Amino acid sequence: MNYIFFILIVLSVVFGILNNTLNEVTNSMLSACNLAVKISFSLIGIMAFWLGIMRIAEKSGLVKYLSKLLELPAKLLFKDIKQDSPAIGSIAMSISANALGLTNAATPIGLRVMQELQEENTKKDVATDSMCMFLGMNTAGFQIIPATVIAVLAGAGAKNPTEIILPTLIVTTLSFVLTILAALLLKMIWRKYD
Amino acid sequence: MIETISVCILPFIIIFVLAAGIIKKVPVYEEFTEGAKDGFKVSVSIIPYLVAIIVAVSMFKASGAIELLKHFTLGIIPPDILPLVITRPLSGSAALGVFSDIVNSFGPDSYTAKLAAVMVGSSETTFYVLSVYFGSVGIKKMRYAILTGIIGDIISILLAIAVARVLFLAKGV
Repeated sequence: MNYIFFILIVLSVVFGILNNTLNEVTNSMLSACNLAVKISFSLIGIMAFWLGIMRIAEKSGLVKYLSKLLELPAKLLFKDIKQDSPAIGSIAMSISANALGLTNAATPIGLRVMQELQEENTKKDVATDSMCMFLGMNTAGFQIIPATVIAVLAGAGAKNPTEIILPTLIVTTLSFVLTILAALLLKMIWRKYD
Repeated sequence: MIETISVCILPFIIIFVLAAGIIKKVPVYEEFTEGAKDGFKVSVSIIPYLVAIIVAVSMFKASGAIELLKHFTLGIIPPDILPLVITRPLSGSAALGVFSDIVNSFGPDSYTAKLAAVMVGSSETTFYVLSVYFGSVGIKKMRYAILTGIIGDIISILLAIAVARVLFLAKGV
């Protein structure tokens, strides 16, 4: 991010001089600062509402319930860890927390998964297949309700901010499944090199 | 049809969560307000990131340098979306800044804003997740984890473009 930030601003000034748009560049810099604050304030209400709802979801044990459902498929995908390992439960829990958009809860659970997987790892500085699969699932970012995105659209006055829910769900589900398949495929390819 | 489903999902989930809370004897009102407190914190805490990234992107666009990017899109990715594609895997708050900028400059009901919304909602900060999770247990050789993450990102970008085209562009929005 450091380089992207630096390059964007340097290029803007250089092109501002070349295209004789330096005045616009300066003005946009000043108005963008205000815009950033306005956007963040327009998010407060919806974020507060959603985090309130999600707090109830957390307290009523929905994460635990959802993770029970995911345990069986998780066992099939993570064959190389011991079947009674606590990691299976943690993996299901982490995916569930992410699916509900509970980022704050998901990170500590995810880090615990990594520790539990590391305990079964024989080469401590090399990633196991399970770790690659788990992080593949994590970076695919499966999420049921993209709350922040809806908040930004609503804050900007969209006519119907929730209409992106279904398309997003379709994309996130498909890419989640395809990423898992990619991880399985890469696992077989990598075997030949290890 | 699709709009109806989309509109129904959110109220349904809210009712479901509230009902689950009542059944499990959770004090729903108190817990709701407790969770809602974080809404203010979360929204305000992203201001520094939003300022940094929205300023940089706005300057970049105002200077006319954005024309340069149009050569790198290969005709698949709309050039207006490219800054989002670049920042999404790196930083969640930066991507949110770029997304907000897109929504504000093209309008929240524009095709570009909707495509960007689907893209942000269906992906993760791949490189951030990989470095934090592997870093926490001292893994140095990530093997095929990075490749899996990148493949996942490419898949979700292409899918977002395809799905947005079918659902939003076909309706002439």
